[in-house]
Amino acid sequence: MGSLAVIWAIGRKDLLLEIRNKDVVVAVAGFALLVLIIFTFAIDLNQGNAKLVGPGVLWAGIALAGVTGLNRAFALEVEGGTLEALMLAPISRDLIYLGKALGNFLFIAVAQIIVIPVFAVLFNLVVFRWEMLAISLLTTVGFSAVGTLFAAMSVKVRAREVMLPLLFLPVVTPLLMAAVESTGHMVNGRSWSDMAQWLQLAVAFDVAFVVVSAFIFQHILED
Amino acid sequence: MVSQAPQLAVKAEALVKNFGETAVLRGLDIELPTGEVTVLLGANGAGKSTLLRVLSMLTQIDSGSISMFGADIAKNGPATRALTGSVLHSPMLYADMTVRENLMFFAEMYRLQNIAERVAETTAQVGIEPRLDHRVRTLSHGFQKRVALARSLMHNPELLLLDEPESGLDNLSVARLGRIIDDYRSSGRTVIMTTHIVEHALELADRAIVLNYGKVGLNSAFPSRDKDEILAAYSSTVTAQ
Repeated sequence: MGSLAVIWAIGRKDLLLEIRNKDVVVAVAGFALLVLIIFTFAIDLNQGNAKLVGPGVLWAGIALAGVTGLNRAFALEVEGGTLEALMLAPISRDLIYLGKALGNFLFIAVAQIIVIPVFAVLFNLVVFRWEMLAISLLTTVGFSAVGTLFAAMSVKVRAREVMLPLLFLPVVTPLLMAAVESTGHMVNGRSWSDMAQWLQLAVAFDVAFVVVSAFIFQHILED
Repeated sequence: MVSQAPQLAVKAEALVKNFGETAVLRGLDIELPTGEVTVLLGANGAGKSTLLRVLSMLTQIDSGSISMFGADIAKNGPATRALTGSVLHSPMLYADMTVRENLMFFAEMYRLQNIAERVAETTAQVGIEPRLDHRVRTLSHGFQKRVALARSLMHNPELLLLDEPESGLDNLSVARLGRIIDDYRSSGRTVIMTTHIVEHALELADRAIVLNYGKVGLNSAFPSRDKDEILAAYSSTVTAQ
């Protein structure tokens, strides 16, 4: 059985548990929807300022909601002792990381499938475009890569609900900027080339953090 | 003709493990030949469970060295883990997956071939077939412990590490566990277990190691030493607490 099969098996297992419990997707989608709704009441939305503030509200909401879900996803694995069961298996620790990151990617992606259409309606913006798919995928990869690492780091800490956002949000700020700026270009009808530099930043962020996080993760697992 | 010394299943030298200010393993040395059943005895806090976690590679030592079957475990992590099966205090199962789903998932983690066959064999071995499609959450602690035992046996490990495996088990299951341990010995494989049911363990074991505050107080292969002497050594560590 190859490494990809092991990664997929861990991701598939997380998905199965999520389908049964709906712990993470409901938390992420629910929290993000609440943020969107609160902002629509807080801001006097019109066609002009929706394009200006909408992308920021969307991605800040998803980032904040993602923290809640990432915390939950890892806590479940630790509370049941199953993370240690995975550590007993003759697989390298980076495969565990990549499997868990895949699971988190799927949860955040599913939550976005719920949140983004609601965002489009509330802010009256056209977002069903290929550009949005690219931005969403790149941002979700980065969130999952960083979030899985920091969730593993903070899960053994007593105040993990506080620790994870303190670690996660500052680190993903460049990725958030890339997501907000490129979404801003998209809703203003600009071309791929206008958002290219932000997408490149997101790609670089994703590559760097997947590689570095996989390396660091194995040291975090050892006590 | 020179007789070859039996290969050591475990060789641990000068193991030190501290949890904060508390020293749990204090320069512990052990050598365990292959094909033996060893029981670790000692009072609470003697270091038995920590030693098993260290041998399972779940807890890192502060200093010292461990080799298993001649290979340094620090340099051969995945390969060494493929040779060991562990049942520790917690069953470590996914509560919202069925017994079958748990075992099939872990079979994938151990990269086994013919997964369905291996699951069928090991579940028959530990007697959990009737509840294969029950969610783990609905099972008693003792039954979960048996599922954990099945998981640890699936890949036919050379070394079985059992931390109080009989806790929560009924008499029938304890007898079945005894047969599994006997099978392991007769097939030349190695078992290291902790227990507080000392008399039963001494019936199963070939060797007893009494740990006393993180050090080996007594290391005795039967029948070189009277079992009463081992019981006395164990009792002295418990009453000294």
